[in-house]
Amino acid sequence: MTDDRATGPATATPSLEVCGLAYAYPDGHQALFGVDLTVGRGERVALLGPNGAGKTTLVLHLNGILGGGVGTVKVAGLPVEKRHFAEIRRRVGIVFQDPDDQLFMPTVREDVAFGPAAAGLRGAALEERVRTALERVGMAEYADRPPHHLSFGQRRRVAVATVLAMEPEILVLDEPSSNLDPASRRELADILRALDVTVLMVTHDLPYALELCPRSVVLSEGVIAADGRTQDLLCDEPLMRAHRLELPFGFDPRSVAVA
Amino acid sequence: MGAGHAHTLYRHGHSPVHALPPHCKLAATFAFVVVVVATPREQMWAFGLYAVLLAAVAAVARVPAGFLLRRLLIEVPFVAFAVLMPFVAEGERVEVLGLSLSVSGLWGAWNVLAKGTLGVAASALLAATTELRALLTGLQRLGLPPLLVQIASFMVRYGDVITDELRRMSVARRSRGFEATGIRHWGVLARTAGALFIRSYERGERVHLAMVSRGWTGVMPVIDEVAATRTQWAYAAVLPAAALAVCVMGWTL
Ligand SMILES: Nc1ncnc2c1ncn2[C@@H]1O[C@H](COP(=O)(O)OP(=O)(O)OP(=O)(O)O)[C@@H](O)[C@H]1O
Ligand SMILES: [Mg+2]
Repeated sequence: MTDDRATGPATATPSLEVCGLAYAYPDGHQALFGVDLTVGRGERVALLGPNGAGKTTLVLHLNGILGGGVGTVKVAGLPVEKRHFAEIRRRVGIVFQDPDDQLFMPTVREDVAFGPAAAGLRGAALEERVRTALERVGMAEYADRPPHHLSFGQRRRVAVATVLAMEPEILVLDEPSSNLDPASRRELADILRALDVTVLMVTHDLPYALELCPRSVVLSEGVIAADGRTQDLLCDEPLMRAHRLELPFGFDPRSVAVA
Repeated sequence: MGAGHAHTLYRHGHSPVHALPPHCKLAATFAFVVVVVATPREQMWAFGLYAVLLAAVAAVARVPAGFLLRRLLIEVPFVAFAVLMPFVAEGERVEVLGLSLSVSGLWGAWNVLAKGTLGVAASALLAATTELRALLTGLQRLGLPPLLVQIASFMVRYGDVITDELRRMSVARRSRGFEATGIRHWGVLARTAGALFIRSYERGERVHLAMVSRGWTGVMPVIDEVAATRTQWAYAAVLPAAALAVCVMGWTL
């Protein structure tokens, strides 16, 4: 188990603190066995791991959708507990894998407004929030279109905007690059890089993790198996093999210069 | 909207009728229909005047007559019912072209036809000038329980997604050489329907997760506050007020 926490910038309160988190689904299947993870403010971290490792399960704990197991989760110092759910859900923005699940309102504008409106924003302030969020993902001119008439990449971008509109402390993306063509994939990377929020990105797309996230953690069989610089992890062949992580054909992480 | 899209009742436009807030139009249509139904059936001229009023609204809304007439076709089953009435009703009878018809049946048929047609025409006009989701917010403004409005909005939003899923499943079936040709294949179709139900149900669960994640607590947040001004209400009231005048004349003359 490599444990290298030195990479993250240590600010006063980390955006995310997960301590000893264990969870079993109601059918008895144990998905998490004591996860510890700290993400500092402003960090971009990739969460890697094979299918069924428990990544989505972990993500659903971050805003209290799943809970009731052992361990604690804190977002910017605030524990994820029932009495804080409203505030927690404002602070943690989750972008789900399928944008059709995320975009449920009749128009893009109403969808982006949903979160802030649920938090009590009204009128001009709400309008302004929606406009900035859509501008940040370059979708402002689609505000009045119904989401199901957009392309997949556009829907993914709107899904990011719905979450940005809530001005979250931490943005959590579940496989953001899946189903995107290379151009949309790069555009999304540009958007994410331009944001100054903490990002936790679940992905199977290892080059994408290398491109966007200086730090990665590997979740395997419900525990954090490795945590360190993305490039170091991707170059560690025994580690990669042990956790069913494979680089695309012809991709050499050593040859890529990262910041 | 794209071709093959379900909401064909709506006709995009920028007329004064389109611009009225949805709940004003809903209330006006409802009041108009109530007035029409309350009119004595013997005053045939009154129904003629109602039709003229609707035609005037259609002209202001720039909805072509052909468009509206095609929408009236959904009335056909009621017409069939009305045509039967003079034959089956009891009472005094008259001879028309050698057929013996019931007088009360004839009046009954006229009543159903005239009032039905006017009601359908008014609703078609409402649907032609108001988007489906605006209708829903209008209904909510008029006090329909929010839960019903939410269910209806989700049907509008996910109707396309589900038809799409159905289409994909049908493509997958046909790609594997399956054509539903007869009763032998109904089993396969039934299982497709079952799978569609499961898929839709699971999608519902995921959508619910997404809503909860964005702070949903059971009530839809207010996003657009559609408020109607007094002038807008006054405009919307023109149609039912004129109809009411006709109706009052019908009772007193
Ligand atoms: N609702 C559920 N009930 C029971 N077990 C579940 C449920 N959801 C997931 N699991 C199990 O928990 C484990 C972790 O699942 P999870 O969805 O978190 O994996 P993941 O890392 O997100 O995988 P993937 O990369 O395929 O998305 C898996 O073994 C899975 O079978
Ligand atoms: Mg997953």
